[in-house]
Amino acid sequence: MSDTLILTKRWGKPDSAALRTYRADGGYAALDKALGMEPAAVVDEVKKSNLRGRGGAGFATGLKWTFLPKDVRPRYLTVNADESEPGTFKDRYIIEHDPHMLIEGIAITCYALDIHAAYVYIRGEFAKQARILEEAIDEARAAGILGPRLLGKKDFDLEVVVHRGAGAYICGEESALLESLEGKKGYPRLKPPFPAIVGLWGKPTIINNVETIANVPWIVANGGDAFAALGVGKSGGTRLFGVSGHVNRPGVYEKPVAYNLKKLIMEDCGGVVGGRKIKAVIPGGSSSPVLRGDEIDISLEFDAVKAAGSMSGSGGVIVFDDSTCMVRALARISKFYAEESCGQCTPCREGTSWMEGIVEKIEHGHATAEDVAKLEQVAGNIGGQTICALGDAASMPVQSFVKKFRDEFLRHVEERRCPYGDHGWGLDQSSRPAVVGGVRY
Amino acid sequence: MLPALRLGQEVFGYVSPAVQRLAADRLGTSPARAEEVATFYVMFHTAPIGRHLVEVCTNVSCCLTGGDRLFEYLKHKLGVANGGTSPDGRFTLREVECLGACGTAPAMLVDEEMHERLDPKKVEEILGRLE
Ligand SMILES: Cc1cc2nc3c(=O)[nH]c(=O)nc-3n(C[C@H](O)[C@H](O)[C@H](O)COP(=O)(O)O)c2cc1C
Ligand code: SF4
Ligand code: FES
Repeated sequence: MSDTLILTKRWGKPDSAALRTYRADGGYAALDKALGMEPAAVVDEVKKSNLRGRGGAGFATGLKWTFLPKDVRPRYLTVNADESEPGTFKDRYIIEHDPHMLIEGIAITCYALDIHAAYVYIRGEFAKQARILEEAIDEARAAGILGPRLLGKKDFDLEVVVHRGAGAYICGEESALLESLEGKKGYPRLKPPFPAIVGLWGKPTIINNVETIANVPWIVANGGDAFAALGVGKSGGTRLFGVSGHVNRPGVYEKPVAYNLKKLIMEDCGGVVGGRKIKAVIPGGSSSPVLRGDEIDISLEFDAVKAAGSMSGSGGVIVFDDSTCMVRALARISKFYAEESCGQCTPCREGTSWMEGIVEKIEHGHATAEDVAKLEQVAGNIGGQTICALGDAASMPVQSFVKKFRDEFLRHVEERRCPYGDHGWGLDQSSRPAVVGGVRY
Repeated sequence: MLPALRLGQEVFGYVSPAVQRLAADRLGTSPARAEEVATFYVMFHTAPIGRHLVEVCTNVSCCLTGGDRLFEYLKHKLGVANGGTSPDGRFTLREVECLGACGTAPAMLVDEEMHERLDPKKVEEILGRLE
């Protein structure tokens, strides 16, 4: 059971991105099946599947879909391919290796929700992936799979449009994404109203991550119960875990949602470079609180990681060996959030740049113990005070790094320098061959 | 607006105030709106840059596999600081945030094309091919 592959099955096959390859492997049969069902029955299967959003928040997908107001048209679907959370690198491979799986997921979702226009918002840096996806959409349209008649069978107009971003992490946040799609700077909107009620151009809009939508064809083909059975509790299916940092085999691994984090690192990724020990692991993208090396024998399922004090987030696992300077790592993370804060809310704008400044000061040995306390205080005052979740995303790493590695922060203060000198990023910084869904890179 | 500015940048090399005005005119909006968008996104350049843009990721996963050293190496080699253009106008170098290539780190973009699993030798080869 645990060997079931949903998302990476075709990766690495010759011409895996081509329509004929996808069709030869049963592709678009799920859309065919869905078209024979009532739209509401499709939504029910997704609800039953316990599919939870793969973009970061882990929100139940079927439930989100039911938030659309009954009578308002048009409605829109936007697929989030912004993939900018440090440590996250999975959606790009879905698009590179199997774009039709995503397109089929979009078509089924639109049919189920009576949506006739879908936008894929892809980060500007993914020029190649945008091209691949556009070509696949053209191919599907030419083959009569997309509108005006779905699969050439059902009168249902569907346009799928790829929209490229232009470099801004904040545009991965759903309401900033909508602003950007509307041609504006990516300033997150105050919520409520939520996008499902007032979204793109003021219309009800569903926003889902690429990986989330790519699961939909399998759910329809095999049934929601089968998907749920791959997981535990309220989380179904498999997930793409991207592992990076000091491991022997970094890459993207498709595993059941509740796979063990330690096993993923020590077995699938072949352990840590040079046989060193794990000092720390960020389990779900740079925003998720850091775990110590002795805290990683846990399930990666959303609620399990939460119970362990962190977040499974985007599935981006970053591994630090015992020669890494945690202050240096946090300094870089804090710089990222200070750069990417959109500046709308004072606590976030000021807080992120203070945190960056203080962590830098500690790293360079210019700080006092009071600065460490001040850092914690600043971090504690951002969360919950802001328009979007970037404020929390910036403070969670700070709070967890200081809490779990306080002695390292204090050593920088006492020694008035970084004890790791030139090797703050680890003694062995070699780049290792990666394994991405079974394909070697 | 984003596609219009992108097109303008492709044609004119950067999003000058004239390009911003042009985009705003065509879309029936104000130049202020165009400027707001042009300055918000890092992929738009509001000043001229070198013939080739080299963008090195220095976020965490890349630094754990040598990205930081690679960036230092390039600064030294091209004789520029972050954001600077080499004296011959060939390269503009800057550090960027995570490129979504953390598993195949370190990574850089050269003229919007992604290069991964880099080391100084590979970087030499890639840059050596460019005029
Ligand atoms: C600052 C910030 C950045 C985000 N970046 C991304 C992203 O790059 N990709 C993504 O899918 N979701 C991202 N999200 C989450 C989205 O807001 C949204 O929850 C998600 O796309 C919903 O899809 P899902 O339910 O399928 O996960 C981000 C959220 C925040 C607050
Ligand atoms: S929390 Fe930060 S990023 Fe989010 S809207 Fe406020 S200032 Fe912008
Ligand atoms: S950290 Fe460099 S690509 Fe993600």
